[in-house]
Amino acid sequence: MTSTVVAPPSSLQRLSTALYLHPRVLLALLLGPPLLWLGVVYLGALVALLVQSFFHVDEFSGLVVRQLSLETYRQLFTIANLDVVVRTTLMATSVTVAAAVLAFPLAYYMVRRASLRLKAFLYLGVMLPLWSSYLVRVYSWKLILAKEGVVTWLGDRLGLTWLLDAVLALPVVGGPSLSTSYLGTFLVFLYVWLPFMVLPIVAALERVPRSLVEASADLGAHPTQTFRRVILPLAFPGVVAGSIFTFSLTLGDYIIPGIIGGSQPFIGQAVYQHQGTAGNIPMAAALTVVPIAIMAVYLALARRLGAFEAL
Amino acid sequence: MAPPSVPAVRFVDVSRSFGDVRAIDRVSFEVEDGEFFALLGPSGSGKTTCLRLIAGFEQPDAGDILIHGEDVAGVPPYARDVNTVFQDYALFPHMTVAANVEYSLMIRKVPAAERRRRADEMLELVKLGGLGGRKPRQLSGGQRQRVALARALINRPRVLLLDEPLGALDLKLREQMQVELKALQRQVGITFVYVTHDQGEALSMSDRLAVFDRGRVEQIGAPGEIYEHPASGFVAGFVGVSNVCDAELARRLTGFVRPFTIRPEKIRLDDPEASPGDGARGVMGAIDSALYLGAATRYTVNLAGGGQLLVLEQNVDAAKPTGSPGQRVRLTWQRRHEQPLQREGGRGSP
Repeated sequence: MTSTVVAPPSSLQRLSTALYLHPRVLLALLLGPPLLWLGVVYLGALVALLVQSFFHVDEFSGLVVRQLSLETYRQLFTIANLDVVVRTTLMATSVTVAAAVLAFPLAYYMVRRASLRLKAFLYLGVMLPLWSSYLVRVYSWKLILAKEGVVTWLGDRLGLTWLLDAVLALPVVGGPSLSTSYLGTFLVFLYVWLPFMVLPIVAALERVPRSLVEASADLGAHPTQTFRRVILPLAFPGVVAGSIFTFSLTLGDYIIPGIIGGSQPFIGQAVYQHQGTAGNIPMAAALTVVPIAIMAVYLALARRLGAFEAL
Repeated sequence: MAPPSVPAVRFVDVSRSFGDVRAIDRVSFEVEDGEFFALLGPSGSGKTTCLRLIAGFEQPDAGDILIHGEDVAGVPPYARDVNTVFQDYALFPHMTVAANVEYSLMIRKVPAAERRRRADEMLELVKLGGLGGRKPRQLSGGQRQRVALARALINRPRVLLLDEPLGALDLKLREQMQVELKALQRQVGITFVYVTHDQGEALSMSDRLAVFDRGRVEQIGAPGEIYEHPASGFVAGFVGVSNVCDAELARRLTGFVRPFTIRPEKIRLDDPEASPGDGARGVMGAIDSALYLGAATRYTVNLAGGGQLLVLEQNVDAAKPTGSPGQRVRLTWQRRHEQPLQREGGRGSP
């Protein structure tokens, strides 16, 4: 060994040494910005929203009265508003259930069966739509579902016009065309939010070791029994995580039902109208609290059912 | 017991490849009913593949596998009367210990009361009584291992497969479990097929063992037989420590070109002036290094004319000085301890 030349420490080295010796300072520097963001901007906005919902609009002057009261919530529980809440919740529920039913087999195939190459391709297939503009995709669906659109054309070619007519003749969900019915809204919601269901389920299934599946078979369980007793319970947190996405995204969306579907408003649209043209910020805030409350109830239920026990 | 019993497991020329890799190549062996049979080999030698073939997780490309005389080709794992203790234990994390142990009974729709009783019995047998209500993650490694054992034994399988079951445990616990496992096997009288890469474990626990190298069976026999009469240089080197003398060295030491192996503990370190007795072989050399191991000292000795031999000397007499590097010595051993080799390397080696 020749003698080592000791260079005087540069200012950067001195800084890193100082931070190494004072880990609390480093922690404060690293956690400060995200805590500021989360605590002040994000939670602060949420609290402001909550507070706003306890103000109300004076009926005569149309001005916001900055006094805490339950007046706005009293108005919320009128038939017209409840109608909006029920419609949105039903839509969010059906989208979530359908997404889970579609996503689980796909996710299972990706994790357990597909070759590495096919898996990469399927990942790309699931994520690719997320890379293009949401508005473009929704308007494309308008073209697909419209009366003169692709679906009608295809039904005509395949001689299935009667089937399309029968579906559209269904009460409530049907309508003059797919693009102006709840069925259309449902299809587009399902399309747009499906990746948010697939990815968490894939992540959950990836965490189930193959040896558990083998152990179950080894102990005499048929594949269906293994699925019900081992795979499904262990992947269930993934389904719940996915359903939180699909459910809350559907509850809050105001663009899709505005472009595709009937004329009856969903919660998001109602919020939009109240805070925009009507200038009823308290009502808009109260309507926003509704999805939050629904999600809270939903998560409590999921916890009750043991959805998070395998975490 | 039935006279001339059918082997519990029988492999007839079984081969299995994964892509281009031949995991096992024309492997044949028989496991007697009630026997503790070890599959020993380095990682990648094909022993685990054999176990997975018996369990039914893999199907052979060629050859036949018989379990109690029945060809199990195409029989899925859940229809085979064998159970497995997995290397990572594979306990179901969302179930309690008791639910894990009861799993196979629950699948077979055994009434809950009987399930509970038998699970308690099994947990008692593996000394985990009272822990049935816990989740696997609340147990230590050794306890999880016992749960895996109880879960695999509750159905009284005719063959129990164990895949490196003690690999994840620390040394003390491993030695304790070796004794317990062996005792348990005698107690329940079930055939154990035990995969391990630890030669000490295989020698101390098994009734017979098969030594694997690169997908082939090198030798099958009782522990003493394998240790004292290794069939190949690979077995000699893998099971215990040994000196493998190639044709060249053999010719110089014995006058014959037949390669042989000799265990280090069979060689004596003598004074250079001492003369070898009857039937003994003697060779001069100089100590290259001495490794003090506590109970014994291991010497590497450079032979006059080239070559090296390992010598293991028990430290019986504390007063006797340890040989130091450079010291000239005479090595002596009995001719009958020279083990002629059928093959110098392993079957799989070039």
